[in-house]
Amino acid sequence: MAKRIDIEDLDIYYGDFKAVEGVNLAIEPKSVTAFIGPSGCGKSTVLRSINRLHEVIPGAYTEGKVLLEGDDIYAPDVDPVNIRGLIGMVFQRPNPFPTMSIYDNVVAGLKLDRSKAKGKSLDDVVEKSLRGANLWEEVKDRLAKPGAGLSGGQQQRLCIARAIAVEPQVLLMDEPASALDPISTLAIEDLVHELKRNYTIVIVTHNMQQAARVSDTTAFFNLAGIGQPGKLVESGPTETIFTSPKERATEDYISGRFG
Amino acid sequence: MGDRVFTNLTRLAGIFVLVLMAAIGAFLVWKAIPAFRDNTGNFFTTQEWFPDASPPFFGIAALAFGTAISSVVAMVIAVPVAIGTALFIGFYASRRIATSLGFIIDVLAAVPSIIYGLWGLQVLMLHMDGITKWLNDYLGFIPLFRNEIGIYTKSIFIASVVLAIMILPTISALSREVFLQVPRSHREASLALGATRWEMIRMAVIPFGRPGVISATMLGLGRALGETIAVALILSAAFEINWHITEPSGNTFAANIALKWNEAGPIGLSALIASGLILFIITLVVNMIARAIIAKHKEFSGANG
Amino acid sequence: MSVTDRDDAEVLEGLSSQLAMKTLPRFAAGYSALIAAALTAVIVALTPAQGIAGSLVILFLLYMVVQTGWSFAVEGRRFAVDRLATTLVTTMFMIALAALVWIITSVVIRGLSSFSVDFLTSTMRNVSPLREGGGLLHALVGTLEQVGMAALIAVPISILVAIYLVEYGRGKLSTWVTFFVDVMTGVPSIVAGLFIYTFWVLTFGFERSGFAASLALTILMIPVIVRSTEEMLKIVPNDLREASYALGVPKWKTILRIVIPTAFGGIVTGIMLSIARVAGETAPLLLTTFLSQSMNGNLMAGPQASIPTFVWDQISSGTPASIDRAWAGALVLILVVVIFYGLARLVAKLTAPASE
Repeated sequence: MAKRIDIEDLDIYYGDFKAVEGVNLAIEPKSVTAFIGPSGCGKSTVLRSINRLHEVIPGAYTEGKVLLEGDDIYAPDVDPVNIRGLIGMVFQRPNPFPTMSIYDNVVAGLKLDRSKAKGKSLDDVVEKSLRGANLWEEVKDRLAKPGAGLSGGQQQRLCIARAIAVEPQVLLMDEPASALDPISTLAIEDLVHELKRNYTIVIVTHNMQQAARVSDTTAFFNLAGIGQPGKLVESGPTETIFTSPKERATEDYISGRFG
Repeated sequence: MGDRVFTNLTRLAGIFVLVLMAAIGAFLVWKAIPAFRDNTGNFFTTQEWFPDASPPFFGIAALAFGTAISSVVAMVIAVPVAIGTALFIGFYASRRIATSLGFIIDVLAAVPSIIYGLWGLQVLMLHMDGITKWLNDYLGFIPLFRNEIGIYTKSIFIASVVLAIMILPTISALSREVFLQVPRSHREASLALGATRWEMIRMAVIPFGRPGVISATMLGLGRALGETIAVALILSAAFEINWHITEPSGNTFAANIALKWNEAGPIGLSALIASGLILFIITLVVNMIARAIIAKHKEFSGANG
Repeated sequence: MSVTDRDDAEVLEGLSSQLAMKTLPRFAAGYSALIAAALTAVIVALTPAQGIAGSLVILFLLYMVVQTGWSFAVEGRRFAVDRLATTLVTTMFMIALAALVWIITSVVIRGLSSFSVDFLTSTMRNVSPLREGGGLLHALVGTLEQVGMAALIAVPISILVAIYLVEYGRGKLSTWVTFFVDVMTGVPSIVAGLFIYTFWVLTFGFERSGFAASLALTILMIPVIVRSTEEMLKIVPNDLREASYALGVPKWKTILRIVIPTAFGGIVTGIMLSIARVAGETAPLLLTTFLSQSMNGNLMAGPQASIPTFVWDQISSGTPASIDRAWAGALVLILVVVIFYGLARLVAKLTAPASE
């Protein structure tokens, strides 16, 4: 189920503005890859180009390739709607649908494309997904209550349950813990560890310690200067990036000299 | 010292608004009393309107019927078009032209009702024969569309079409405002689950915007119920309940007041005021419901940024 | 057929990968329209006369069927529904736009054809409804006076109410005022006219006059101005107020000298918009001043004309000459509304940098 992603010579544009340039990166299945770097360096943009969600902004387009298990997701006959059904995403701020119950939030993706729920009862999917998101015990008695009534950390785990309910091949997380308190953050990090067994996970984070705690591979992005496109400076095993990076900029960033 | 004077001055202005609303109700009730007192018909069930006869004999049945049915038909036409327009501007048109399109809809809202009336009477009515005949020929088995006299002008149906065009910008502009408030994060959440544009609208936009759209619809209804001039120009002002809405017929509270005002005697005026009072109460209730929905929705959306 | 309907390894013929799916060609809408047009031609040829409008409706329905069916066969249900929704939403918008264009072009074309400079400079005094000529100078004067007076009364009251709601309003009273200002927006204009008549004419015994019309218009203006002023006052940053308090300026002076000037542009814009709105009101004027064919510059006495009632009167006369005058009057009325609308946007533009 978990699939690898290969990003090849990826440039991302918003109209005339080149936001990201020349990204080459291999993302291994069943591992956690962390994107780190200062604000505005394009790490979120790269993340959003993996499920083609950046295209929501008018004028956005890409050059280069993003391969999902060898298949280019930017091939002309590929529809972004299908890609997003295969690649789940968790956002910076928890965003459960406010008018839906906990139950309906979890099955929201399945209801779009019923073929995904083939032969499975929705109840089972809900339980499995909520258990997968470490939320089942807390909400099993109030599945019909609105998702917006949960705490911030619970809402974020509900969003994770919603994302994994469709059994995606990759899970993208855009600073999933940045709006949460420290205890909820730890809960999310534990969850990322568990999800790694079944999913390819890419996580954007501002938090250096978090990258060190949860990721196997780390990719450091940086800006060459103001108005310049963001670039991938280097990537490698998290251990290596944090102890003996090749680039000076990486070392400066990780040791906290800027950003 | 200055502070206290100024505070009280502004509070007085606030109280003035409440007094004004109360006064509108009170004066209409007071001046309607002679009509209620002298009426020999049943105010609510009589269809005829002879308030200046002796004894006065009148009722609002035909007016209430005409007002209700013209507004309802107008809503049936306007609501889908208005919501479609709001969705188009919000989610289908490119961002650059969306602003100008929104402005165009606002302009439509600023066109005075006398112009809608003139256009309806002089232009639209000439082009309505085809569709009303078609309705009669193919859907004539529904009493609403049957036309037994073969004349298709000055009908409630035409008035409803004009009303629909008039309330369309009201409903559309308010709906668009509500749709714009749908948090981007909710729209992206649905897209990230693999929703198509329409599924995104159904999943994230419509549920979030529903209360707002309902109240926008109610406000549009309030406008349709109270619209005077356009309807007065188009309808043929008959005091009868006629379900065949494509036949020349029909009258509404507001149109009747405008048409009968300058020929009315003392009891006639009082009777018109009485009918205006009913209109005032109906629109008040409709508007209060709309506002209550909005107010409730505000609290709800505030909890979830 | 969407990607997820297929087994994992299956790649359909002609596609780049198993992620890809068959889609309609780029000009699918055009092809669908062509097919629908051909089918429409057949239907129109084989059945009794449909007329242009009928044929267009058939064409549109067939277009939807063809495109949706084609998409359903190739792309699957979800994409077919999405295309159908796009078509419907676009159509709804086109209908709204067509209505607007139709109305505006009618007014401009028919209005211009009977418009002349004389129309702006003469009155209807001694002009028979059957004859051409005459003008709406008397009505233009009436409208400007009535609307001007209404603004004079409504503006101070409304601004005070808005200040109360934003700067002072706490508790029950302000909740009620807010609620009733909103409800007041929905009071039908004819009811405002009725009320002023019962109050001003029936109860206090004044005669019908332009001033009575102004009072009715005031009722319609107040909620609009209160709302817009409220919004403008709310966006004045609190820092400004606090800075002023810190200097020892009392609250009322802070409001008059700091808050109001900061929001001035926005407040004026709101006033202009409310004027544009009431300038076209007809119903309350019919009850409170009625019609006049002659110049009457005196707001306080005697019937006074206005542009909307002028148009109403000309339509009611119903002769070809008077209908022409009605269209010309409608054109002038739209111009008056547009001028106030334009002024509103101009003020908004000019004062925008200051408020940022």
